[in-house]
Amino acid sequence: MSIQVEHIHKTFGSFVALDAVSLDFPSGALTALLGPSGCGKTTLLRVIAGLERADSGRVVLAGEDASDTHVRQRRVGFVFQHYALFRHMTVFENVAFGLRVKPRRERPHEAEIRARVMRLLELVQLAPLADRFPSQLSGGQRQRIALARALAVEPKVLLLDEPFGALDAQVRKELRRWLRRLHDELHITSVFVTHDQEEALEVADQVVLMNRGRVEQQGTPIEVYEQPATPFVYGFLGAVNTFHGRIEGAHLRVGAATLAHGQDQFALDGEAVAFARPHELMIVTDPDHADGIAASVVRILSFGASTRVELDSLTPEPDSALPVHYEVILPREQIQALKLVEGQRVRLVPTRIRVFQGQAA
Amino acid sequence: MAVAAALNERPDARRYEANAATRESPWIRRLILGTALIFFALFLLMPLIAVFVEALRKGWFTYITALADPDALAAVRLTLLIAAIAVPLNLVFGVAAAWSIAKFEFRGKRFLTTLIDLPFSVSPVIAGLIFVLLFGAHGWFGAWLFERDIKIIFAVPELVLATVFVTFPFVARELIPLMEAQGREEEEAAVVLGANGFQILWRVTLPNIKWGLLYGVILCNARAMGEFGAVSVVSGHIRGLTNTLPLHVEILYNEYQFAAAFAVASLLALLALVTLGLKSLVEWKAAQHAATDA
Repeated sequence: MSIQVEHIHKTFGSFVALDAVSLDFPSGALTALLGPSGCGKTTLLRVIAGLERADSGRVVLAGEDASDTHVRQRRVGFVFQHYALFRHMTVFENVAFGLRVKPRRERPHEAEIRARVMRLLELVQLAPLADRFPSQLSGGQRQRIALARALAVEPKVLLLDEPFGALDAQVRKELRRWLRRLHDELHITSVFVTHDQEEALEVADQVVLMNRGRVEQQGTPIEVYEQPATPFVYGFLGAVNTFHGRIEGAHLRVGAATLAHGQDQFALDGEAVAFARPHELMIVTDPDHADGIAASVVRILSFGASTRVELDSLTPEPDSALPVHYEVILPREQIQALKLVEGQRVRLVPTRIRVFQGQAA
Repeated sequence: MAVAAALNERPDARRYEANAATRESPWIRRLILGTALIFFALFLLMPLIAVFVEALRKGWFTYITALADPDALAAVRLTLLIAAIAVPLNLVFGVAAAWSIAKFEFRGKRFLTTLIDLPFSVSPVIAGLIFVLLFGAHGWFGAWLFERDIKIIFAVPELVLATVFVTFPFVARELIPLMEAQGREEEEAAVVLGANGFQILWRVTLPNIKWGLLYGVILCNARAMGEFGAVSVVSGHIRGLTNTLPLHVEILYNEYQFAAAFAVASLLALLALVTLGLKSLVEWKAAQHAATDA
């Protein structure tokens, strides 16, 4: 079932949580709402669920306007960051809750409830723990029970609020692979909120980037990573090197250096900010090379297949005494060929650069 | 509040005790412990023992006779009746007040939280006086009530009102911190799963607060039965009609029937002991509950 939100506005006092947000969540896909804390992603999820009411705008579920439908009738599954399991009920009763509170006419028989709950517990691989209480489970197990409980009422959409936020790194990784597999089995339209870009890129079919109550970009993980639409997206997704400078024709002037930007859409010269990923920078060992930014090697970190080189620019930013910090990732063989040493002066030449004019990052 | 505090202190205390850096020298420990024990014996234990000793000074026969006196029995019945009305009322008020304060944001919430404590900060005598001023013959509603022949002052309704007022904070005070700590997530989870308001209250909210609630009710009941000041002002001291147990004790004492006064007082002391026992049991149960929760 598809989800659309149209022109959603939501304010808390004077704080604007959502500002004219319009989105289309494709049916059957797993979508990540990604952004820093306070960007409105959780609020949007709660508006979709009906736990929060938008000041204006519409929520459309399966083509029908659900803005005035009570959360009880929306038939959404919601998984909370801190699980929100009923602490005085066993795992079994937690999962059965949604079935037991149905009106008498719709409520399944006890045997049917038992069968359905056990099937769900098997789906989340926790059937042997049916008689335990939530307090006797680990964080990862609790979150799987919370998921089973949400699925028990056969929701048309599944909404997950930072589902792995409270777990440690190891369990997180395992659970998100598991969630992906589960989604591939069930194909239920799902939206999950996260502030972890790695999680969003790894698990989701679609990523929505949000910042300050607005949508910055929506696309597949590859699209948003390879072609960030705004400086914010560039900065938020993955490590990035930032260059502040001025457009001068076909070049970007950064301090004393000039960089070819290869983009021709800039009619006017002016202030600009440019981005390059760590693997999109080349190190030239000749310090008198005409192109590139003069920098000195600070640290060489080589573990694994690639090596990370950290550098400082030789000319500080105009408005700060600190040198600009850069990061370059190279295959190990290339580093060995360059014979870099710490403290060495080099030039950084971008192989690919993306310039945004008249915008601050 | 008290439940939560009772749970948290133990592991810490044990750690400090085991640690040489935080352990006090033996004579300091003995001094502090000794002071506490002497105070305990002098101000808590001795009066309690005195009540029973005085009550039984003239033997069991006098004791039983004092309790079997029709006026004493009437006082017991009245006290039970007042508690039976006031405690359930405060149970409902307390849950409603705690629910609205802990789970919702609204204007004047701080004011309401402060107001709940009013009965604690106001002298019970003043509390009684307020009701006399409201419902007494010369009070705000006195004339109106007199015309319609509704008796509130110097009658059971007034006694109940005064008791409700004085015991109002117990349940709410116990529940507010508990409900605030538990948050709203479980209720939200329940509503998303399709539960209606009544189902949420009955299946999620109440089971989560049951130990705190019971604790509040026990304290509320103890106070309702033992209240003297407010009840004394509004009662009118009509023997066999508007005399509660504590008032009956006072009357007997003023009439120099010391043995009888202490005999009736021993009933209240027994009530206190039962209350303490129940309170410890509930604390212990709640601690077990919390231990499996953490």
